[in-house]
Amino acid sequence: MFSTQTFFDSFGPLFWAARYTLLVSGLGIALGLVIGALVCAAALSRVRALRRFAALWVSFLRGVPLLVQLLLMYYLLPVIGINVPAIAAAVITVGICASAYISEIWRGAIGALPPGQSEAAAAIGMAPRDIWTRIVLPQAVVMSLPALVNELILLVKASSLVSVVGILEVTRASQAQAATTFRPLEVYLAAACIYLLINLCLAGLGRYLEHRMAV
Amino acid sequence: MVQASAVEIRNLDKFYGPFQALKQIDLTIPPGKVTCLIGPSGSGKSTLLRCINFLEEYDAGEVRIDDQLIGYDGPGRKMSARKLRQMRRSIGMVFQQFNLWPHMTALENVAEGLIRVRGLGKADAATRAAEALRKVGLEDKMQNHPARLSGGQQQRVAIARAIAMEPRLMLFDEPTSALDPELVGEVLQVMKTLAGEGMTMAVVTHEMGFAAHVADQVAFMEAGELVAVDSPDAILHNPSDPRISDFLRTYHERNAF
Ligand SMILES: Nc1ncnc2c1ncn2[C@@H]1O[C@H](COP(=O)(O)OP(=O)(O)O)[C@@H](O)[C@H]1O
Ligand SMILES: [Mg+2]
Repeated sequence: MFSTQTFFDSFGPLFWAARYTLLVSGLGIALGLVIGALVCAAALSRVRALRRFAALWVSFLRGVPLLVQLLLMYYLLPVIGINVPAIAAAVITVGICASAYISEIWRGAIGALPPGQSEAAAAIGMAPRDIWTRIVLPQAVVMSLPALVNELILLVKASSLVSVVGILEVTRASQAQAATTFRPLEVYLAAACIYLLINLCLAGLGRYLEHRMAV
Repeated sequence: MVQASAVEIRNLDKFYGPFQALKQIDLTIPPGKVTCLIGPSGSGKSTLLRCINFLEEYDAGEVRIDDQLIGYDGPGRKMSARKLRQMRRSIGMVFQQFNLWPHMTALENVAEGLIRVRGLGKADAATRAAEALRKVGLEDKMQNHPARLSGGQQQRVAIARAIAMEPRLMLFDEPTSALDPELVGEVLQVMKTLAGEGMTMAVVTHEMGFAAHVADQVAFMEAGELVAVDSPDAILHNPSDPRISDFLRTYHERNAF
């Protein structure tokens, strides 16, 4: 029999664990946005070495599973003398991994802008810095919003992987809960509801931003 | 009256890889006059126009605006980006696809250059931008974004954006080719007014009526060569070169119904 009681009781501890899910994916995307911007700038740079570096960065991080990246980082940091809590290692890894996707999202958005947009600005004598900040980036950022929200949703789901370095986020917490209650179905259904709730909110936010910033 | 520039183009060559898009072009665009560039598609009209403000880098020859070489300081020595920007300030350009900035209102599109390039304060820039928009008949559309304007209105905003900078030379690259036929007239009217004020204008166009009635001279290009430069009447009604008559015949056949 399905135990409605267990199902509802699971929400308390799982919501508590969700703060790690949100922390890892929230800080992860924030870090990913910053590093992603730098990697994107490197990819578009006139300096060949920087373009090479960006290409390597992107292909390595997209080619190696996040789970392996997490384990690597977790065991690598102490070896090179950096002792940080598991949660920090997790956030850094998720952020670095996200930066590869985010830099490609931005590169794509910038590349999709018709060349006439910056030509019109150059033709009246605007400086490159103003062309970037006033013409290119505002449009590229808006264009990239749906893809960025999508990326954040993927991160929320991928954050379940950080349980391998011992972080008690929603998935790990539900495993523990299932083991103590012997009611895996109810517990995992509750976990699924929590992920769905978070991601539906994010999707709503994405639609709102798109609508607000669209011209 | 505006202060008008003169353009001197001498022995201009432009290559795209091995392909020569402009071959030894010689053309004088006199101050305060309208010069129309006509010719078949792919003949190099846009390339030539874009060499005048150095949006396209030419490989050999010279383009001088009021005696000042654009793009280079001397043979093979590129001009500094800063100096090039300085020169571009007084050259307006209008594109076939308008190239308005979609995230800004009509007013912001026009004010942007005044603020960033001319260094005007926001209020001053808005006043000047509004004046320019009034001049092209769009005083009631200033707060609209481009997406909420017709093609003809968008192109007029683009013209306002250029003239707000108080250019001494205006370049038009097929300004009406992307417009529905019923919207062509309003744009040509604005251009006529500008010509009447003594602006130097170089206009790539397929509007033979405009060339016939407004141009002071017409230049015909084919396959990267400037075939002839003459009065509109001489080019359009008594062409000396068979390439011109062929082009005009095709043009008339396409426009007959
Ligand atoms: N960026 C470019 N790269 C290579 N070829 C180009 C480029 N731009 C134009 N061309 C070529 O140069 C020739 C002249 O083009 P264009 O000046 O646009 O002609 P028009 O404006 O008369 O139609 C065409 O054959 C075109 O294919
Ligand atoms: Mg063209």
